[in-house]
Amino acid sequence: MTSAMAADESPLREAEVANFMLGNGMEVVVIPDHRAPIVTQMIWYKVGNADEPPGKSGIAHFLEHLMFKGTKKHPSGEFSAKIAEIGGEENAFTGSDYTAYHQTVTPESLKTIMEFEADRMRHLVLTDAVIVPERDVILEERRWRVENSPEQLLEEEMQATLYQNHPYRIPTIGWMHEMEQLNREDALKFYDRYYAPNNAILVVAGDVDAGRVRRLADETFGTLPRGPDLPARVRPQEPEQNTKRIVALTDPRVTVPSFQKSWVTTSYGTAEQGEAEALDILSEILGGGTRSRIYQELVVKQAIASSGGAYFNGRSLDPSSFTVFGSPRGEAKIEEVEDAIDAEIRKIIEFGITDVELEKAKNRFVRSIIFARDSQSGMAGIYGAALATGDTAHDVEAWPLRIRAVKAAEVQAAARKYLSPDRSVAGYLLPRESATSGDKSR
Amino acid sequence: MISFSRLRIGAKPSLVVACILLGLAACPALAGMAIEEVETSSGIKAWLVQDYSLPIVTTRFAFRGGRTQDPSGKEGIVNLITELLDEGAGNLDSDAFQERLDDAGAEMLFEAGPDAVYGYMRVLAARKDEAFQLLRLAIEQPRFDQQPVDRLRAQIVSSILARAKDPETAAQFAWMRAIYGDHPYSRREEGTVQTLAAVTTSDLKAVHERIFARGNLTIAVVGAIDPGTLKRDLDRIFGGLPAGPSLTPVVDAVPKLGRAIRVAYDLPQTQLSLAYPGIPRKDPQFFAANLMNQILGGGAFTSRLWNEVREKRGLAYGIYSTLENIDHASALVIGTGTRPDRAAETLSLIRAEVRRMSEEGVSEDELTAAKKKLIGGYAIENLNSSSAVAQTLVQIQLEDRGIDYVERRKQLIQAVTVEDVRAVAKRLLSADPTVMTVGPSLKGTNR
Repeated sequence: MTSAMAADESPLREAEVANFMLGNGMEVVVIPDHRAPIVTQMIWYKVGNADEPPGKSGIAHFLEHLMFKGTKKHPSGEFSAKIAEIGGEENAFTGSDYTAYHQTVTPESLKTIMEFEADRMRHLVLTDAVIVPERDVILEERRWRVENSPEQLLEEEMQATLYQNHPYRIPTIGWMHEMEQLNREDALKFYDRYYAPNNAILVVAGDVDAGRVRRLADETFGTLPRGPDLPARVRPQEPEQNTKRIVALTDPRVTVPSFQKSWVTTSYGTAEQGEAEALDILSEILGGGTRSRIYQELVVKQAIASSGGAYFNGRSLDPSSFTVFGSPRGEAKIEEVEDAIDAEIRKIIEFGITDVELEKAKNRFVRSIIFARDSQSGMAGIYGAALATGDTAHDVEAWPLRIRAVKAAEVQAAARKYLSPDRSVAGYLLPRESATSGDKSR
Repeated sequence: MISFSRLRIGAKPSLVVACILLGLAACPALAGMAIEEVETSSGIKAWLVQDYSLPIVTTRFAFRGGRTQDPSGKEGIVNLITELLDEGAGNLDSDAFQERLDDAGAEMLFEAGPDAVYGYMRVLAARKDEAFQLLRLAIEQPRFDQQPVDRLRAQIVSSILARAKDPETAAQFAWMRAIYGDHPYSRREEGTVQTLAAVTTSDLKAVHERIFARGNLTIAVVGAIDPGTLKRDLDRIFGGLPAGPSLTPVVDAVPKLGRAIRVAYDLPQTQLSLAYPGIPRKDPQFFAANLMNQILGGGAFTSRLWNEVREKRGLAYGIYSTLENIDHASALVIGTGTRPDRAAETLSLIRAEVRRMSEEGVSEDELTAAKKKLIGGYAIENLNSSSAVAQTLVQIQLEDRGIDYVERRKQLIQAVTVEDVRAVAKRLLSADPTVMTVGPSLKGTNR
């Protein structure tokens, strides 16, 4: 590989991305992109649902909603109205390890949205008058997203079974019975503890340069006092995983069954050098799209599955997970699909992968990183998620090179170490064969 | 890990099946981006935005004549064709084709919309020649070999069966039938088990030949490519297609209103959908309607419906109104989901807001804010990636808006008055809507 190619493969050249700290401990990343007159601001707080106190599941996500309820200076709705007025877009999201708020506007409006965002970092006003209806909103959100969907219900139970001790077992939106009890005091406690400049990362991507962002950040976020130092994010860790567990959900809405199997694995936040990269390549070769082993064997050659694949989400602070899945086609049974997927895993554990497969998987993976550069907000998201889970901007830039460095033997070793049949969690989504299936009125 | 957001805007259910393009009027504010029209010696036209900041070329195109071209009794055929274009073409069988495509480092995708078949290719600029060669083969000489035909058909049948008892799917079909009756728009996009079983290889070839021609083709290209090179490439990719398509005419559909549809299921939430008359894109009142919709329920976090139903009362996670537009039909649709014991209350709140809009219209301040949002938001919604830009440029061409449309659109929006909005609100919202409820029955209402 020539050095020119290596440079082209980086998400962005290191010299182009600015990364610095404000005096109050807030980290800033600037990713210039001058193709369109648009700029995206993302603010990432290094706190997510895995940091919630016991019994308060969903508080991180609830607070995310409440962050739109206004401050003394800018009453509820004013920020959103301002964004709409300048033709911008906004939203926010919560994960296990982070909570993020983002807006996309034209460059002239950057200072305005930075002022609003800085203001609500420390000056949120919460009253029971806004708490009560918004709590109803998150309950509706849970009904809509999770309880309306057998797939999501199974997903939730899979997580709760896969992680035996780590809070990743708790759904980000929260358990219904705990969400119903969340109150103003819970929200304020969480806000006061975690929402401070030294627990936040500002990512600005778009038609702007680092000098201007630094100046504006100093004038807005930079005037906020540093919060108390937070202790290291030490969460309860997993005991040794030593059993094979099964989760089955039968539901009248299901007609064709589906299967998945998950394992707890390392992540980019916790891995020994190279292991997370090897898992990324393993997921690509085993089940990343139509050229993968699972797809070719089960869907194309054996014709027993209508779908099948694998995925690995390495972007987490603590140990992550690896998942394979498939759904039978025609007369095939779900057991055949499971057996065939197991066989593909066994082949990799026993015989490894070929150099050609390795090279093609690397090419696909690195190409997807180059294509990702095409989306300004996508790039902001890649940096934000990496930095909020313990990586650095330099790690992001070196990612393609680290993927290129993976060796075939390392992929085989990762499969052998992590995808053990004796300590997995299998999930089955099954039809309910009974008189009550299908339409029925209450 | 799954993340949860304040509102997942993309997740709205859609009345008129998912157009892959934005529901709202597609009109770009392409500040800083020069669009040029290129035309090859053989008459193939494309809109080009040159951009050398990334080493990639993104191409989007559309052949008019989408799923409405499915022959009766063989519904699902156009969708099946789009699934099969990258499953073997020319002298390459499915496996050989996919391997070459993968080696070329390209993404290729086809999709069947109601009124057009859409295509997409993204490739590293340095590898484009091989990728374009494969694109030509896929469009011009798909093989429809028995093995991939059987495999893809079986996959689609699996997905049809998998959703056989899914309430959302059942509701969608009930809705389409109620609104569009026997019009092709009411058909199931992927067909049915029976219609797919009836499809033969010669059917696939015949429908392919009718749709894939130069005369109904629209193209946009964004990326690291100059006009001269692009012209040569366009001739290579599309030059071998027949000159004219042979499309079945489609009549305009008038959505049926005033109906009550109840899909009974034991669910934790009740979904509500309301359909009112829509407005065609070329109607003189289109932009007034657009602004009215923005204020009613189109502006995600600021609309009247959002404030009344979600912010003040916490009745729903999301609520929206949208102007649905396809070539031969239009409707204004409102949708939300709420707890069953308060669904009747939610429905009357929605009706009250609709009535207030139709009777009183909007204020100057509301209109000014909505204008700013519609004008300013265009770049942000539509120019955030090469692919989005290309998609927008294809849509402008499909709607026959002209290359200067950007500036005109701004003026058309600016010109709308409070009286214009009042008039169009009365025109659209005085009608008795079709109302669908999915879930447990509503208490305290006769609907």
